[in-house]
Amino acid sequence: MLICEALVIEQDDFRLTADLAFGAGKITALIGPSGAGKSTLLAALAGFLAPASGRVMWQDMDLTAVPPGARPISAIFQDNNLFPHLTIAQNVGLGLRPTWHLTADERACVERALSSVGLAGLGGRKPAALSGGQQSRAALARVLLADRPVVLLDEPFAALGPGLKDEMLDLVQSTLGVAGRTVLMVTHDPDDARRIADQASLVAAGTVSAPVATQAFFEAPSPALSAYLG
Amino acid sequence: MAQRAVAIAPRWPGAAAAALVLVLTIGTLAAVGWRAEWQRGLSPADWAAIRFTVTQALVSAGLSVLLAIPVARALARRQFRGRAALITLMGAPFLLPVVVAVIGLLAVFGRAGVVNSALVWLGLPAISIFGFHGVVLAHVFFNLPLAIRLILQGWLVIPAERFRLAASLNAPVGRLLEWPMLRAVVPGVFLVIFLICLTSFAVALTLGGGPRATTVELAIYQALRFDFDLGRAALLACVQFGLCVLAAAVVWRLSLVDTMGAGLDRTVQRWDLRWPMLDYLMIALVAAFLFTPLAMVVWRGVPGLALLPAEVWAAAGRSVIVAAASALLCTCMALALALRGGRMVAITGVLPLAASGLVVGTGAFLLVYPFINPARLALPVTVLVNATLALPFALRAIGQTVEGIDRDFGRLGASLGLSRWGWVRIVVLPRIRRPLGFGAGLAAALSMGDLGVIALFAGEAQQTLPLAMYRLMGAYRMEAAAGAALMLLALSLAAFWICDRGGRGNADL
Repeated sequence: MLICEALVIEQDDFRLTADLAFGAGKITALIGPSGAGKSTLLAALAGFLAPASGRVMWQDMDLTAVPPGARPISAIFQDNNLFPHLTIAQNVGLGLRPTWHLTADERACVERALSSVGLAGLGGRKPAALSGGQQSRAALARVLLADRPVVLLDEPFAALGPGLKDEMLDLVQSTLGVAGRTVLMVTHDPDDARRIADQASLVAAGTVSAPVATQAFFEAPSPALSAYLG
Repeated sequence: MAQRAVAIAPRWPGAAAAALVLVLTIGTLAAVGWRAEWQRGLSPADWAAIRFTVTQALVSAGLSVLLAIPVARALARRQFRGRAALITLMGAPFLLPVVVAVIGLLAVFGRAGVVNSALVWLGLPAISIFGFHGVVLAHVFFNLPLAIRLILQGWLVIPAERFRLAASLNAPVGRLLEWPMLRAVVPGVFLVIFLICLTSFAVALTLGGGPRATTVELAIYQALRFDFDLGRAALLACVQFGLCVLAAAVVWRLSLVDTMGAGLDRTVQRWDLRWPMLDYLMIALVAAFLFTPLAMVVWRGVPGLALLPAEVWAAAGRSVIVAAASALLCTCMALALALRGGRMVAITGVLPLAASGLVVGTGAFLLVYPFINPARLALPVTVLVNATLALPFALRAIGQTVEGIDRDFGRLGASLGLSRWGWVRIVVLPRIRRPLGFGAGLAAALSMGDLGVIALFAGEAQQTLPLAMYRLMGAYRMEAAAGAALMLLALSLAAFWICDRGGRGNADL
């Protein structure tokens, strides 16, 4: 379980509290209005933001003081998920080991990860030579290869068209979901949550509510959720 | 948005670079202040040097700006073939070694130069390039292109819509748009050039001299090299520092204008254009003024190449080594400082702008001479000082790019667990190749042509190419000096070109 224990995040006069647990191996959607602190919560979980108080735990390991690169957590951001000067294979390879030079075995792993997201044979290209959807797939391949149990998705598919976005969501489920990763996905589209999330959690009014099974979440919405859904 | 929970890049190299800059600027200043014989006061000759320094800088800056305004206006509103090339070439004097330009100016305005030959043929009295007007002429030659580029930039940032609006209102463009722009831009340009002219040692060394045309820096040089009067040299160095700091403080308040000049390749459509010939005449005159001396360097230099004595070739070898070392050191320092970031670093990055090479050199001389013959350290000290003086330019070239990389990819790098050196090697270096190459080229060219610190320290056996060339001129071996000038010009441009190309080569970002 990924646990936020009495977590308080403060930024200037913004304040977010979270005291809950995200089930291991589940896909959880974080839903809420923009500016409510969804991305801020992910930044704190990933280790980019030191919380004002409280702890972040993975199973029984305290992550609060662990630097981002050493946490059992991978992240895909809204943009800049690939280094433009490296090839796709090099970018994906960084998930394995932070270096440019990979062994033949490692290169084979990269190639397998690329084909599992439908990018077989494109490893030699630079990101600029790929479409937006393909770039998302490459980032996903890196996360698959990194083999860290928790994956944070900070609206990585927001810039894609609706068809392409659904395709990517399905790919997340068929790869990360099937592999048993604990996925936290920020979205403000309820359909995204309905499509792949096992559970959903509302981020609004300075707090993160405990996750609820997705169907129940939408069928019996809390007053705050009703206000957001309109 | 979020503060960084981790600092990705290594921090100690930045601290080391900042320390080196501080030692070379503040440290040498302390040495100078400590050795200065304050009780002695300034002699009438010293006051004359101060007056001359300030007057020539004022006149040079004033003339440069006054001449630049009509030329910049002409360039801003006329489109013609070769305009882009002309503007690019106007950036070249920054890379041009001062002694080379002086040789070119001598070939045009000197005793046996083109202008005097014409005057004699017309039966008019000859003019002399030495003294006050020679120094001013050389300073205008160097700074007019800079002034033109900076003021042109001011013209081009006036939005095209404003000109359209003014035209539709039939309003006077000059008073409505151009005068306010000039009032905002010109004082800054004037001060930058004033500061440059305060610290240009090599011009005064070659074209000035004598009791009526000695700058403070030249007086420092003479006190140190000829009289070995360390107390007076140190005192004058303090005076020079005071002048520079005053000017730099004013410039700083006005915030430095970007000298690299991006986006100068457009003209604004105008509806108020009369007298096209006058504009073109201005442009042609300025081009002739700037490029005739350079053409003369090549013209006179080619036959001179055959006359070069062997020690000039050795000096050229030393210059190449000094330039390479100083470019390497400068880029390493700039990179270290840029990676570290922060306020302290921003200050150390601009500190050398207020430092004069001669003041730093005098301080370094005072620091080392009790222990070792300064001549033996001539080349290492020159490398250190040149790298430090070029640092602000290199830092400006890469600083913003490094900040951008941090902003865009800092999180990705951190979440991948890249080590500090891995971050620099895998992410930063490949992404800043272009500006880094440009900065290195700048540092190499500046160092190649430098005639400042080296003149304080070097004996025969340590001379670099600019110094060897200056000595040839002093011995009236003008043909050989012209050959050396051509070689120096070629080496400076080649040094810049190689570094800049190295940064561009298949860098696809």
